[in-house]
Amino acid sequence: MFEVFGIPSQALFGQLLLGLINGSFYALLSLGLAVIFGMLNIINFTHGAQYMMGAFCAYLLLQYLGINYWVALVIVPIAIGVFGILIERLFLQHVRKLDHLYGLILTFGLALIIEGLFRNYYGSSGQPYQVPEALRGGRNLGFMFLPNYRAWVIAFSLVICLSTWFAIERTRLGSYLRAATENPTLVRAFGINVPRMVTLTYGFGVGLAALAGVMAAPIYNVSPQMGSDLIIVVFAVVVIGGMGSIMGAIVTGFVLGIVEGLTKVFFPEASNTVIFVIMVIVLLVRPAGMFGRTA
Amino acid sequence: MMERVVDPLVLQRRRETNVSFVIGFAIMVALFAVAPFVAYPVFLMQALCFALFACAFNLLIGYVGLVSFGHALYFGFAGYLSAYVAKYGTISFPFWFGKLIWLSIPLPVQSPALAVLVGTATAAVLGVIAGGIAIRRQGIYFAMITLALAQMMYFFALRAPFTGGEDGIQAVPRGRLFGYFDLSNEMTMYVFVLVVVLAAFLLIYRIINSPFGEVLKAIRENEQRAISLGYNTDRYKLVVFVLSATLAGLAGSLKALVFQLASLTDVHWTMSGDVLLMTLLGGLGTVFGPVVGAFAVIAMQNYLAPFGQWVLVIEGVIFVVCVLLFRRGIIGELAAWLRVKL
Repeated sequence: MFEVFGIPSQALFGQLLLGLINGSFYALLSLGLAVIFGMLNIINFTHGAQYMMGAFCAYLLLQYLGINYWVALVIVPIAIGVFGILIERLFLQHVRKLDHLYGLILTFGLALIIEGLFRNYYGSSGQPYQVPEALRGGRNLGFMFLPNYRAWVIAFSLVICLSTWFAIERTRLGSYLRAATENPTLVRAFGINVPRMVTLTYGFGVGLAALAGVMAAPIYNVSPQMGSDLIIVVFAVVVIGGMGSIMGAIVTGFVLGIVEGLTKVFFPEASNTVIFVIMVIVLLVRPAGMFGRTA
Repeated sequence: MMERVVDPLVLQRRRETNVSFVIGFAIMVALFAVAPFVAYPVFLMQALCFALFACAFNLLIGYVGLVSFGHALYFGFAGYLSAYVAKYGTISFPFWFGKLIWLSIPLPVQSPALAVLVGTATAAVLGVIAGGIAIRRQGIYFAMITLALAQMMYFFALRAPFTGGEDGIQAVPRGRLFGYFDLSNEMTMYVFVLVVVLAAFLLIYRIINSPFGEVLKAIRENEQRAISLGYNTDRYKLVVFVLSATLAGLAGSLKALVFQLASLTDVHWTMSGDVLLMTLLGGLGTVFGPVVGAFAVIAMQNYLAPFGQWVLVIEGVIFVVCVLLFRRGIIGELAAWLRVKL
């Protein structure tokens, strides 16, 4: 045990760890938002609701079918991703040619429907979700206690974020995707099915949100409003990072999580608002965002 | 100064707009005059406040095409300040003097008019700050920034001492207007709210039909072109943002007096969603649409209150249906059917 700036190391690193956890959720969600925005030109307001659905799905699978965390980690993102594809086919494809404000309103309406339905059946209180057997307990690192599950969340979301970055920036499929973002008509002329790519991209982004939801279930309580609280912060993260770059979204997510964690240690009153304050400062200094290209 | 040349066709269209507006306005006033004998005055006053809120919001979304997702901020904070002044008769300012100190200034008189004025002015100041920040980005970012700023102030309202946190400011006295009209009488209060809302409504109509309003519509249609014509569009956007925030604040101040309560619900993002729903349902960019939309949504919320969370689901469904099938809204469809501008 030692002290940093008069704060015991346990408290400091504990909050830093919490910050990193929050940061990994910010990163996963803003990554999904950025990918969706790139292809569909829509800000997916339903993202928070889809994250909540991911957590609920994992909870329900465990509760009623006894399906464990590891299986849920695979099944749930696919199931919610398919649900996302249905939403895109049924609703979003009709507003793509309209003013972007309609896409925003439509996804906001869908988020209300989903949240309202879950609140009807499960109330507003949270449901607990057990940490999986293999990741219970933790280890003492000398300067802090590290619960295994939290270490897993940080490591796994880093892996997911980096592989998404790799898939988009370094593979053939990713190059099609980036090309279609720049000029869909031209890419179609090369014989690539852009509408299908758009649908699948939306499904993928939604799947990422659901994955974040499954990972969040053992940490936070599973509740219907867990998504709407988070999504507004993620919007601020997206404004700070700018949606132009994938790596930008990932880095901003993690960094802001850490900053939020540190604020909890040194100035707890501001911990809820610090990300919004940073957003204001960034807008005043660099209106396009830290990694944004000026549009 | 160049002489303004007006196309005769434009003049004729303007006259037709005027006629349909006068008829519509007369019908609206007549309905409001009869309404308190048929429906509960408190319900009507609530709907009137939201009608003004939605009209102010429509000024931004309908005429400039700016989607603010944080209008609850102006509505709610104006309500807090108005309620605080009406109840305690002082204004407090936060001061940083080594630590945070609240400086209270007593006001000379305690009057509902002053309370409403202070609330409205607060909203105007918040509008200048938030608008100045938000118009630095366009389109989708604008919506996200306004939402984030409103959420930040929501947390501030949750913590700040003067808002009463979760309890809000309760038992706000309505007082005597100009020291003469006793507002605790429901009918007197109704007339007061009605007069203020109608005056603000006429002001909004004047704004959108002024040369200033024409520039706003030009920005909505094609901002690049408006810039190339030499208009400082950022300046115009900021001014209309502040106007919209101020009028939203007026609505919030009135609502605080009507319910004798200012609470966290009014600053929450769901309130920003509600006002968007009212405007969309009534008709974006129509003069009467937001009023109709506000009455429809408030009536729905009142009648469906026993069904709990289903209200949320129904609101969501209305959003989806409006966007997919019904983008002109109630008044927009009516206007298209009657072939007039409403």
